[in-house]
Amino acid sequence: MKALLVGECRDGRLAGEVAELFGFAAVSGAEASLVLVGNPDGVPAFGGRLYFADAREYGEYNPDVHKRLVMQAVERECPDVVVFLQSSYGWDLAPRLAAAMNVAQVSGVTGIDDGGYAVDSCNGKMRRTVKPLTSSAVLTLQPGAFPAPAEQGVPELIRLDADRSSGIEFLGSSQPETGADLSRASAIVSAGRGVGSEKHVDLVRGLAEALGGEVGASRPVIDAGWLERSRQVGSSGQTVSPALYVACGISGSIQHLAGMKGAGYILAVNTDRDAPIGDVADVFVVADLVQFLPALTARLRVGQ
Amino acid sequence: MNILVCVKQVPDMAGRFSPNAAGTWYDEAALVFRMNERDENAVEEAVRFKEQLGGTPEVTVLSIGPGRVVETIRKALAMGCDRGVHIDDPLASERDPWQIASMIAGHARGCRYDIIFTGMQSDDRGSAQVGVLTAEMLCVSCVTGVVGFGWQDGAATADRELEGGRRGMTRLKPPMLLTCQQGLNSPRYPTLPNIMKSRKKEISVLLPDEVGLGEPLSSVTGFRHHERQTAGLFLEGDVDDLAGRVATLLDAKRGIFRRGGAV
Ligand SMILES: Cc1cc2nc3c(=O)[nH]c(=O)nc-3n(C[C@H](O)[C@H](O)[C@H](O)COP(=O)(O)OP(=O)(O)OC[C@H]3O[C@@H](n4cnc5c(N)ncnc54)[C@H](O)[C@@H]3O)c2cc1C
Ligand SMILES: Nc1ncnc2c1ncn2[C@@H]1O[C@H](COP(=O)(O)O)[C@@H](O)[C@H]1O
Repeated sequence: MKALLVGECRDGRLAGEVAELFGFAAVSGAEASLVLVGNPDGVPAFGGRLYFADAREYGEYNPDVHKRLVMQAVERECPDVVVFLQSSYGWDLAPRLAAAMNVAQVSGVTGIDDGGYAVDSCNGKMRRTVKPLTSSAVLTLQPGAFPAPAEQGVPELIRLDADRSSGIEFLGSSQPETGADLSRASAIVSAGRGVGSEKHVDLVRGLAEALGGEVGASRPVIDAGWLERSRQVGSSGQTVSPALYVACGISGSIQHLAGMKGAGYILAVNTDRDAPIGDVADVFVVADLVQFLPALTARLRVGQ
Repeated sequence: MNILVCVKQVPDMAGRFSPNAAGTWYDEAALVFRMNERDENAVEEAVRFKEQLGGTPEVTVLSIGPGRVVETIRKALAMGCDRGVHIDDPLASERDPWQIASMIAGHARGCRYDIIFTGMQSDDRGSAQVGVLTAEMLCVSCVTGVVGFGWQDGAATADRELEGGRRGMTRLKPPMLLTCQQGLNSPRYPTLPNIMKSRKKEISVLLPDEVGLGEPLSSVTGFRHHERQTAGLFLEGDVDDLAGRVATLLDAKRGIFRRGGAV
C-alpha cells in the first residue's frame, strides 16, 4: 500500500502531530511519502519522497492553492490513501481533495479495523467502521490515535509549484487572547456545560480555591460568556498538564481531552456514567455537581 | 441577495444510544431530537445578516431527513428564516456525506444562492465534510470553522478558528459557503409571536431523486458502543459519603496538589 501523508505548518513551524501521520503509515504497513507546504528549515526526517512548497510563497493556508499543490503530488504518487490530520488544516483541505479525486473521505480515523476505519460518533459515545467503496481514499486522523514512531533519514526532495490565484484573500492571523495562564497551575478545576448556569460556576470556583488551583472550562462555558476565553482548555484553547485536573460536568469530547489528558490525576464529576471522560479519569464520581461540589469543598476546607 | 442555511436534526447527545438492527447507525426509538448545535449558529448568523441589510435578503432553510426534521425547519423559521425546503429522505441517516452534499448542491444549483451557511460538523456523525463537499460541487469559495463574520462593500470577512486559540482572517466575495463553528454568536430563542408567524411560512417538499441524489462513496458497519477503558475508580452513591471518600483520596496526594492558596 502507498500512503501520501499531508503535513502542515502552523505559525511558521512544522506541526508536532505530523509525526502521527508516520504512525499511521507504520500501523498500516504503507510505503510513505509526504507532501508539505511549509518552512524549509522545519522538514521532518524520514526516508521517502518529500513533495515540498515553501509556505512563504504559497501561504501557510490557502485552500485553493494548497489543493493544487497536493493534487500534483497525488498525480505523481498515485497513492492508495491520502492522509491528513483532523485539524483546522485537514478538515478544510481533505474534503476538497476527496472531491477533486472523486473518492471517499473518512474523517477522524482512530484505528484500522475490519477492512475499514474506526471512527467515533455521537460525541465519543459510539464508534463505527467506515469502509471506502472507492479504490483509493482520503483520511483524516484523530489526534493521538496513532503513536508517532521514531523516523530517521533524509527525504528525497521534489519541489512543487502551482498557480497562486484564489477566490479567498488572506488578511493574516491573530494570536490567542492573553489572560489566565493555566500552564503553571498544580490543580485546575474546570467547569463544563453540565454546570447548567452561570451561578453554578461559583461552585467550581469554590473547589478551585480550596485546592489552591485555577479555574478552567470547556468550550460551551466560554462561548456562553461565563468565563474568560483564556480559561478554555482543549484543542482550540490551552493545553494543560496540572498534577490534578477536576472535570465538572464535562463529557470528555476529543477536543477537550486533547487539552488535558496529560494531567497527573484526573477526577471527573458527571451524572452520566457513560460520559467519555471516563476513558481518562482516575476517579469518576457519578453525581450531580450542584450537590457534590459544595460537599467536597466543605470537606477539604475542614481538612486544612 | 439569496441565502441558504443547511440544518441537520440530531439526537440530544445526553441520550442512551444503542445500535439499530443492521448495525449501521443508532436506533432512534429512545432518543430526543433537536437542531445540530453549530447549525443554530449558522441560522443565527444568516438571520443577523438579513437584519443588518435591512431585511432584504431572503433566507431559505434546508434540511434532509425523514418527516421529523420538519420540526427543526420550523424552529429555524421561528428564528427568522423566510422559507423552508424539506428534502424528504427517510434513508438520510444511511447516506454518506457525499450523497448528502450532492442533494444540497443539486437543490442549490437552480437557486443562485449568494451565501450558503452550514454547520462545521454534525454532533452525531461529525464528519465535517458536507459543507466543504457542497462548496466543491458548486465551485464556490469556502471557509471552514468560521467564528467571526462581517460584511462590507459587497465582500465578507470570515475568521477561521485555528489551533490553540489563534484565528486566521479571510476576505471573500459571493458566491460562497461558510461552515460555522460554536462561538460565532449566541443563537436566539424563538419568541412566541415569531413561532406563531412561522406557522404560516411555506415549506416545500422535494424528493432525493428530484435534487440529484448521487451514488455513495463509503459504507458503514459495526456501529457500536465505544469500548470504555475502565482503569479508573468508579464511585457512586450518597453525596456526602462520596465527598468524604474523594476528600480522603485527594488528601492522600496532598503533597502533590498544593492546597490553600488563592486562585
Ligand atoms: C474544531 C473544534 C474545536 C474544539 N475545541 C474545543 C476546546 O478547545 N475545548 C473544548 O472543551 N471543546 C472544544 N470543542 C467542542 C467539543 O467538541 C465539545 O462540544 C465540548 O467540549 C463539550 O463541552 P462539555 O463537555 O462541557 O459539554 P457537553 O458535551 O454538553 O457535556 C456536558 C456534560 O455534563 C454532564 N452533566 C449535565 N448535568 C450535570 C450535573 N448536574 N452534574 C454533573 N454532570 C452533569 C452531562 O452528563 C455531560 O456529560 C471543539 C470542537 C470542535 C469541532
Ligand atoms: N441531513 C442534513 N440536512 C441538512 N444539512 C445537513 C445534513 N447533514 C449535514 N448537514 C450540514 O452539513 C454540516 C456538516 O455535517 P457533517 O459533515 O455530517 O459533519 C452540518 O452542520 C449541516 O449544516
